[in-house]
Amino acid sequence: MLERHPGGFGAVAAIGLNTFREAIRDRVLYLLLVFALIIIGVSRLLSLLTVGNEDKIIKDVGLSAISLFGVLTAVFVGVSLVFKEIERRTVYTLLAQPVRRWQFLFGKFIGLFSVLLLNVGLMSGALFSLLLLRGESPWALMPAVILIAVELAIVTAFALLFSSLTNPVLSSVWTFAVYVAGHLSWSLQVLREKVPEGIARWICDGLYWILPNLRRLDLKAQVVHGFEMPEGYVGLAAIYGLGYGVVIVVLACWAFSRKEFV
Amino acid sequence: MASESPAALSITGLHKAFSGHLGIGRHPAVRGVELEVRPGEIFGLLGPNGAGKTTTIKMILGLLRPDAGEIRVFGRPSASREARKRLGFLPENPYFYDYLTAREFLDFYARLQGIAKPDRAGLIDRTLERVGLAGRENTALRAFSKGMMQRLGLAQAIQHDPDLVILDEPMSGLDPIGRREVRDLILALREAGKTVFFSSHILQDAEMICDRVAILKQGELLSVGSLDELVSHRVRWFEVTVRGSLPPGVEAARPAGREGEHLVRVADIEALRELLDTVRAAGAQVVSVWPRRETLEDLFMKRVAAAETETPSPDPAETTHA
Repeated sequence: MLERHPGGFGAVAAIGLNTFREAIRDRVLYLLLVFALIIIGVSRLLSLLTVGNEDKIIKDVGLSAISLFGVLTAVFVGVSLVFKEIERRTVYTLLAQPVRRWQFLFGKFIGLFSVLLLNVGLMSGALFSLLLLRGESPWALMPAVILIAVELAIVTAFALLFSSLTNPVLSSVWTFAVYVAGHLSWSLQVLREKVPEGIARWICDGLYWILPNLRRLDLKAQVVHGFEMPEGYVGLAAIYGLGYGVVIVVLACWAFSRKEFV
Repeated sequence: MASESPAALSITGLHKAFSGHLGIGRHPAVRGVELEVRPGEIFGLLGPNGAGKTTTIKMILGLLRPDAGEIRVFGRPSASREARKRLGFLPENPYFYDYLTAREFLDFYARLQGIAKPDRAGLIDRTLERVGLAGRENTALRAFSKGMMQRLGLAQAIQHDPDLVILDEPMSGLDPIGRREVRDLILALREAGKTVFFSSHILQDAEMICDRVAILKQGELLSVGSLDELVSHRVRWFEVTVRGSLPPGVEAARPAGREGEHLVRVADIEALRELLDTVRAAGAQVVSVWPRRETLEDLFMKRVAAAETETPSPDPAETTHA
């Protein structure tokens, strides 16, 4: 007789590991990663063609590449993760196991986020090595890298949420829309002051509070140009971002738990 | 007094309807299904395409929520973790993660079942051996044929030693050898005391292995019972193959397949005796005599046709040469 203790974090870890394997065996991931590493590698050339401090341009281009390719990976790999399981009906055998639906979705999130952390680690490693070779200390960039990872947690959570609700094309569009809107949410405050009092202001306020404030997680300019940051800013921003991500993952789990597999 | 053991699977008053196009209207898929599967039996859920077999199975597994009714597995709600621990499931035309090897795949499912690491390696080897995939443990699933994928699906369904194995169209798309292997495996599961619940529209296979069957049509149960209860074993007619010219007054039901041979149907033993005498007297040769008993297929066709027309279909024996 087999002794079995199903459920709990064991199931989440198993699904996370499988998702990790799926993502790292996906060619799309390698294409994006190689492209990002090439961009970081040639940022030295870009710096030669541009007027300004070479090191600052390498840092700026490098951090932007890490952020952009991380988001692209989160969207392109993330939106298809749940959809593929449903489309190919592998989810049927998974949910026939003693596994709760939230464990399935949370496992998917953990797996993909682990891949993104690995990606960010590899890309940051390449950028830091480039800077070290030039005799420049890269460690001041760490706060920006940490908050890029936090931002990716939010994007991954949205990709999973939309992937649980609709097809990959629409999920990609929605996830990108949230990403862009999240970076521009500050403009809602500006708009608020220009519209008449009433419903329009309420909508501006509502959207401002609902959308993730991704600008708060963008420290690229601060670390590249050495601007001062308030004490404890990185910690608070990380708590805000991770908290927001958790809320979206919980929403995705709720949506997925109500799903019927027709 | 010993308490009666609960049914392996009990379904009461199960209803499910789906919304129509643009959410307009409701189309019933399962209507008031009631059945009970006893521990240790092989139970076949039969029905034409669209009868509601897969919908019923999805509700057992919690992939769909019933509109009404209750499903219990060994006395526990089918959605409970305790029930799931005792379940194994193979979907129709299974597809699995092609980026995994067979060992990685089974290890993943064993982990979901909470099987400890030290037990997993040996278990996977034994399971692959059971389904005839020994030596393929390190092959990527993308290199698996359809038949191999089906066997691997069976492997994931049985490796944790479940008490109830649910198989959705397990013989679908398999060649005769593959079907035979699946049949043997189902019989071996019963030998080991397991309960097997499977859906199929391949009636021959069901007839060979089922202890009891249920016939489903347009979401409604038409019949439930053992094959002995449902299918009459009396000879319904005889099929006689005659080589040579048929004597006058004897009509062939159809050509027998080989040149110069005819197939004649007679209703009973008296008519058979008469036919044999007539054929012998005419100098023709009797090649074979085949007594036809009612098959599950006959029953199935009869019940399905009756459900469609709400009038019983004519008995084939009544239309034969007497």
